[in-house]
Amino acid sequence: MMATCRIPLVLLACGSFNPITNQHMRLFELARDHMHYTGQFEVVGGIVSPVSDGYGKQGLVQAKHRIFMAKLALQSSNWVTVDEWESQQPDWTETVVTMRYHYSRILKEYEQRTGAHRGGHGNINISAPPPQLKLVCGADFLSTFKIPGLWLDDHVEELVSRFGLVCISRGSLQPERAVHESDTLHRHRQNVFLVREWVRNESSATEIRRALRRGQSVKYLIPDSVMEYIQQHNLYTQDSERRNEGTALRPLIKQAHQHINSLND
Amino acid sequence: MASSNLTKVVLLACGSFNPITNMHLRMFELARDHLEDTGQFTVVKGIISPVGDAYKKQGLIEASHRLEMARLATEDSQWITVDSWECDQSEWMETAKVVQHHHNKLLVAEDNTDDVDSVSAAKKRRVEEKPLDSSGEHEKNGSPRLMLLCGADVLESFGIPNLWKSEDIMEIVGRYGVVCVTRSGTDPLKFIQQCDVLWQFRNNIHIVHEWVTNDISATHVRRELRRCRSVRYLLPDDVIAYIQQHKLYSSESEERNLNEVLAPLYQRLI
Repeated sequence: MMATCRIPLVLLACGSFNPITNQHMRLFELARDHMHYTGQFEVVGGIVSPVSDGYGKQGLVQAKHRIFMAKLALQSSNWVTVDEWESQQPDWTETVVTMRYHYSRILKEYEQRTGAHRGGHGNINISAPPPQLKLVCGADFLSTFKIPGLWLDDHVEELVSRFGLVCISRGSLQPERAVHESDTLHRHRQNVFLVREWVRNESSATEIRRALRRGQSVKYLIPDSVMEYIQQHNLYTQDSERRNEGTALRPLIKQAHQHINSLND
Repeated sequence: MASSNLTKVVLLACGSFNPITNMHLRMFELARDHLEDTGQFTVVKGIISPVGDAYKKQGLIEASHRLEMARLATEDSQWITVDSWECDQSEWMETAKVVQHHHNKLLVAEDNTDDVDSVSAAKKRRVEEKPLDSSGEHEKNGSPRLMLLCGADVLESFGIPNLWKSEDIMEIVGRYGVVCVTRSGTDPLKFIQQCDVLWQFRNNIHIVHEWVTNDISATHVRRELRRCRSVRYLLPDDVIAYIQQHKLYSSESEERNLNEVLAPLYQRLI
């Protein structure tokens, strides 16, 4: 038998998940199908990593609620899980730092497994290729790279060279343009996987919160279990939408400090 | 109490439901929110009525499966139901007849609330034979008003020559009313303005704007299934499990009714 040695791949999605929607989970399905289709990868897991409260985004409800809702939503998935590490950090964590954390964890698991294999069989050939970790994102994410002061150049470089991106777009040429306009992305374009979503499915968390504030139905846009949790805790209201109002996003402040520090060096 | 002044509405959606998707279900939710927002209506029930096999549409699988999938999909809904009357008929039924049937059924149900069961059969016969006159009848006895729920494409199809009988359009729009869910970016008002019958009864046409596009067509779902790609979160998990269990959508099933004439068109030909 021709043993196709596919690279084990873990997909990571970072974001607010305020709240998690069916569309978030759809992105994982689309990304997995696409990566399998390349013939190079075997998607072995997906991780949802909600941002910490320190992010300072307007309308962001407490991480414990966002985590709980994501867990409820993913109860029925046999491959995507929720990870609390990022949300538990006191300050906002750069995406690359979150990726480093998960990758070292994944690598350790892999080494333990293959180490055990070697010990047992004395055969190195049966060990699988080392796993990879890639970030799943929407088309708008790629466009954030060019926002001045939002990303550190080293981080963009590390993100696309060491890890890689799987970007889902809705048929606009936005992601292609973002790759074209960034030298870093263009240099590593083979590690930027663009997936086309043929069905327009725009149920963003912003729209969900808007509908909830207005007392409109969100059924079939988010799982019933999440809907019940929101009702039970009265999570999204006019008041909750005013949380962090007028606060600068933490990345902008943190990155600005790092820029100043590097100038001082 | 103010709520007693509200007109009760039952929403009826006709279509293939091959298979039912979250978009179909969303249409009901959007229509209900919209109608109740007017302060005039309270939506008491939704009915999904899958078309019969005699419709002869390409790729249309057996009604029994489409019915069961719709049942599974609406199990967790408090108000949306599935009705098999239309697909139980041996021939294709014009939408106007389906609407009529459900209208009569509602009248019977209303009468039955103060009558004993034993007379219901006789009453039913009487109601069905009685020629129905004005569009205000539902208000007389307080029974719910039936409205057809559809997408903008159905409204536009009213303008396709010979697809619909003009008296059917008159009846559906004039006597019952239509709730039309439209994707942001399309403008059905222009279409209503261009069609005399629709213009005449424009007060009976409720336009619901879907600001958040949710364009999950059943055609797309079947295509993804044929290509062994994931359709998760596009339709309920129970429906996906049913499709897998019965191996419902394949290249072969897509060839069903290939080269057949669609029943509504066939009826015009003969």
